[in-house]
Amino acid sequence: MGSKKPAISRRAFVAGGTTAMTAIASGLAGASPSFVEQMLRQRFVELSPEDLERITSEMERDYLQKYGKECNVGTSKAQPGVLFGYALDLSRCVGCRRCVYACVNENNQSRDPQIHWIRVLQMDKEKGIELTESDPYYDPELVPEPDSFYMPVACMQCRNPPCVKVCPVEATWQEPDGIVVIDYDWCIGCRCCMSACPYGARHFNWAEPTVASEELNPDMHYLGNRVRPKGVVEKCTFCIHRVREGRYPACVEICPVGARKFGNLLDEEGEIRYLMREKRVFVLKEDLNTQPKFYYFYAT
Amino acid sequence: MARRIFQFVTGSARLMFQGGWAYHVWMTILTFLVLSGILAYGRQLRDGLIVTNMRDQVSWAFYIGNFTFLVGVAAAAVLLVIPAYVYNWKPIREIAIFGELLAISAIVMCLLFVTVDIGRPDRAWHLLPFIGNLNLPASLLGWDVVVLNAYLVLNLTIVLHFLYSAYHRQPYKAKFVVPLLLLSIPAAVSIHTVTAFVYAGMASRPFWNASILAPRFLASAFCSGPAILLILFQVLNRTTNIKIKDEAIWKIAELMSYAMFINLFLFGAEIFKEYYSDTHHLIHTRYLYSGVHGHDALVPFAWASIICSVVAFVLFLLPATRRNWFTLNLGCLLIYAGVYIEKGLALVIPGMTPDTLGEFYEYVPTLTEVRVGAGIFSIGFMVFTVLCKIAIPLIQGTHDAPARSAPAEGSVAAV
Repeated sequence: MGSKKPAISRRAFVAGGTTAMTAIASGLAGASPSFVEQMLRQRFVELSPEDLERITSEMERDYLQKYGKECNVGTSKAQPGVLFGYALDLSRCVGCRRCVYACVNENNQSRDPQIHWIRVLQMDKEKGIELTESDPYYDPELVPEPDSFYMPVACMQCRNPPCVKVCPVEATWQEPDGIVVIDYDWCIGCRCCMSACPYGARHFNWAEPTVASEELNPDMHYLGNRVRPKGVVEKCTFCIHRVREGRYPACVEICPVGARKFGNLLDEEGEIRYLMREKRVFVLKEDLNTQPKFYYFYAT
Repeated sequence: MARRIFQFVTGSARLMFQGGWAYHVWMTILTFLVLSGILAYGRQLRDGLIVTNMRDQVSWAFYIGNFTFLVGVAAAAVLLVIPAYVYNWKPIREIAIFGELLAISAIVMCLLFVTVDIGRPDRAWHLLPFIGNLNLPASLLGWDVVVLNAYLVLNLTIVLHFLYSAYHRQPYKAKFVVPLLLLSIPAAVSIHTVTAFVYAGMASRPFWNASILAPRFLASAFCSGPAILLILFQVLNRTTNIKIKDEAIWKIAELMSYAMFINLFLFGAEIFKEYYSDTHHLIHTRYLYSGVHGHDALVPFAWASIICSVVAFVLFLLPATRRNWFTLNLGCLLIYAGVYIEKGLALVIPGMTPDTLGEFYEYVPTLTEVRVGAGIFSIGFMVFTVLCKIAIPLIQGTHDAPARSAPAEGSVAAV
């Protein structure tokens, strides 16, 4: 990320504005100061550690009030020497969609309207991978169906992400460990990134997202699964709050057939590099040069 | 100086409120449509964009389509400026200012359509350079923000200078305004090119990812914008004592037929490439013109657009029909309808249908979207009407100019 220095100090400008506006708003209508402050919040990448500390504890207070739950909004940074990669065994996937719902629960996706970061496509074995003939709404009694195979699709965490360059306000970027993240407090909701993404991986909060208190996952990350506001875009972050603590993403953990593999692409001895050496991997829509870090393979 | 500006502002405001019953009825209807739009937008602000029929599969639609169409209308002012100032063709020169007025109104509508489309209008300030964080040079949408606002400022400057000078019955400063007019030509091209690049730059959407898109945008814009002006000129001819020469109107119609020819030619080139190569990418074109798997909401519109455009092309090409007021006006309406469908419906929606993973979500706008859209168009018509209302008497010199107490500034150039 090239850092551009603005000609005038944006921080000073916005900080001054925030204080003044907060004072006005709370003085006038007794309105929650957090609304105005949220409106004038700075970009995540420009926040000082103190600001970040203050903002995350405010968020935690808000969530406690709204959901009656002690939450932790983490801000952990990428670890050096780590580049996350994913591999999915198409020969094993049975299309049970447990990953879809594990993801929803883990990442506090809106239940109504429903948002799914993972879309599992049912495909015809005779046609092979053929997106226009695929069906994301299959609903039989039992999976897998004999003539079908299943292809789960989520964010490919591209090395060359088209969604990032089109954003008019730099509200989305690639972290040093390769995860493409969104600053939900900076996104203006123009949805340019959704047009640019070739994998349908980005989702918009068309309405105020709803998550029941008892279903809220309190283990959160600023750039990941914290509760999103209405009118912004969200996407898979490889469970950033888990993987930066050395845990697997929820979808990897839940998969009943072990079709999902995850690890550090820079670790020669790691599972992902082993798969790349021993199996043959491919990526979706390789002709677009997005260079995903999400690989598919057939183990058997 | 301050007093003269004050006189200009109050004098213009007076002109704004003078008018016959037709003017007042027109403005009242527009006001109702604007109010209806504001109410609908209020609901959208409260509940979110869920009140539209846009979803993750078709995440841009009616609003952005209208935006795209109106960028073309805004760019069309240039069609009057080129013959007027580059080729010094006098009959058009007198009326070029109406092109500028139309450009201002269209840009206002463009900016409003973008504003109602974004999920967080409260954060629109993030787009401001220096204060926000405009992502240049990477983001084409970022560039679009820059060129659209620059074009608006440019046209406002030109128009205000013209009107201010006319109000005080002094000649405009040619050294100041003619370079700006000439600058508005590449600026008009740039707003449409950059808007086309927003789409054309997306490899994820093969329907848009074509190098022919920007030229097509320009060609269709040079048809739709003047179509509105030709009708306006006839209204002016009837209702005011501004006399716009018939030959000026016919010349513009002739230029429009050339633009429509290029538009149709480029369209044919695209259709050939899509159908002959017959790749996966054809599915969007097929969805538009014949429907796929029973999804065919756009098919009648797509064909209507082609028919309108071809008929209008013929009407404007033949000297006999472009000089006949009935067929000329019919041609204007057909062009307007044809290009509105082409840019407003048949560009954005099929680009996203099926979506990137092959899903068909068939989009049709909700009543809320239509009401918001109608409200924005009404604001645009209001701006245009008011600007014309002020400009017409000033150009004719029939307004009550303030007494010349002070001699005109020495820097005024004779024209």
